[in-house]
Amino acid sequence: MVDPVPYNTRDWDVHPAYDYGPYASTRLRAPKQPLVKIDHTLSEVTGPSFGPDSAPELEADLTRNARINGEPLGERIIVTGRVLDEDGRAVPNAMIEIWQANSCGRYIHEIDQHDAPLDPNFTGAGRTLTDDDGRYTFLTIRPGAYPWGNHYNAWRPAHIHFSLFGPGFAARLVTQMYFPGDPLQPIDPIFNGAPSREAMAALVSDFSIDITQPEWALGFTWDIVLRGRNATPMENQ
Amino acid sequence: MAKQTSSQTVGPYFAYGLTPGELTGINYVGFTGNCLASPETQGEHIVIHGHVIDGEGAPVNDAMLEIWQANAAGRYRHSEDERDDVALDETFHGFGRTGTDRNGQYRFDTIKPGPVPGRGNVLQAPHVILCVFARGMLSHAYTRMYFSDEADPNESDPVLNSVEDVRRPTLIAERSRSGGQTVYWFDIHLQGDRETVFFDV
Repeated sequence: MVDPVPYNTRDWDVHPAYDYGPYASTRLRAPKQPLVKIDHTLSEVTGPSFGPDSAPELEADLTRNARINGEPLGERIIVTGRVLDEDGRAVPNAMIEIWQANSCGRYIHEIDQHDAPLDPNFTGAGRTLTDDDGRYTFLTIRPGAYPWGNHYNAWRPAHIHFSLFGPGFAARLVTQMYFPGDPLQPIDPIFNGAPSREAMAALVSDFSIDITQPEWALGFTWDIVLRGRNATPMENQ
Repeated sequence: MAKQTSSQTVGPYFAYGLTPGELTGINYVGFTGNCLASPETQGEHIVIHGHVIDGEGAPVNDAMLEIWQANAAGRYRHSEDERDDVALDETFHGFGRTGTDRNGQYRFDTIKPGPVPGRGNVLQAPHVILCVFARGMLSHAYTRMYFSDEADPNESDPVLNSVEDVRRPTLIAERSRSGGQTVYWFDIHLQGDRETVFFDV
C-alpha cells in the first residue's frame, strides 16, 4: 500500500508544554523526557469514526438533555462555530463532546465539593457531530467561575471543556473554550499555559448579536482548528 | 495557514462528558467504554491492565485513557485502511476509553491486534495506540503498547527501534495468565526512572 499522507506536526508554538510551573499539578505529571518523533503510519492517521447515532440530537441541547422536574437555572446561551483544518477546510463529522460547570460554578462529580448548589436539571454534558460545513451548535447554560486549590484564592474563569475527534487519531484535541471579557483569564494558570497571546486569544469565544436569539438566548461563536495535512491521498496519487 | 487550536487539560471533572457509561451504564454508539470486544469478536481475547503513576510513584486516580487498535487480522476500521484483502470484523471497532479508578488502575477488555504495515510497507509489530489525558497535563500524550510475546516482530519494529534500548521496555506489556484470562500488564509512568516513552505523533 501507498504510505499515508502524514498530518502536519503538532504545533508546539500553540500547544502548552507539559511542564508549566504556575499550574501546580503539572509538577508530578509532566513527562520530563523529550518526546520521540515518529513518522505517521496507518496507526496514526486512522482513528475512530462516528455517525449520527453516536450523538442523538437532544444531546446538543444541555438545557433539555438532563431535565428531571424543570428547566436548568442560569443564563441560556447558544455556542456555535466551525471545526476547520489548518488550511481552512471544514472538518465534517467531527465528534464534539463538551462538559462544564453549572451556572453556580459546580460540576456534577463526586470530587467537586465546592459549596455551590447542584442543579437537578443540568449535567453539563453534551455531544454533537459537525455538519458538512464543519459547523456545530450547542444550547446550554452559561457556566459560572469556581475556586480551585492551585494557589491561594485561585478561581477558574468560566469555560466549557471541548473534546474533538477529527478524521484521524493524530488530530485528537481536548481543549477549553472561554468567554470574552472575563477578568479571571489573565491570572488563570491553565489559560496561560497556552504559550502565546495569540494562542490564548484563540481560546476565547466571541459574543455575536447575529447568533443571539431575541427573547431567548445570547450567542457566542468559537471556531476550532485541528491539525491538517498537506495533501489528501487522493490528490497525491 | 490557520494556527491549530491550543490543547487544554481535560481536568478532573470529565466523567459526565467523556465516560458517562461508568456512571449511568449508558454508552453512546461507538463509545464502548473499556470493553472493546464482544464474545463473537475474532482473535485472542485479552485484558490490558495497569496503573497510571506520577513522578512520586503515586497512583493517578483521575486520568483518562483512550486506545485505538486494529482487529485480530490487522485491519483498522477506517476509510483510509483500504486493504480489502484483510477482513474487517463487524463486531470490532477498535476504540476504547476509560478513567482510572481510585487506585490509579485501568483495564481494557479487547483482542490482540494483528500486525499492520508501517511506512514503506514494512510490517510493524502488533501494537495498540494509547493516549493519556489528565488533570495536570495541559496537552495529551501519545504512546504505544507492544506485546512481550512478540519478541521477533518487536525486534524489527521501526518505531520501537527509534527508541533508545534502555527505554524500550517501557513500551512492552508483560503477558501473563490470571483468572482464566490472558492479561497484559502495562503501567504508564508519567515521570521518573521508568518514565514511559511518549511520542511526538
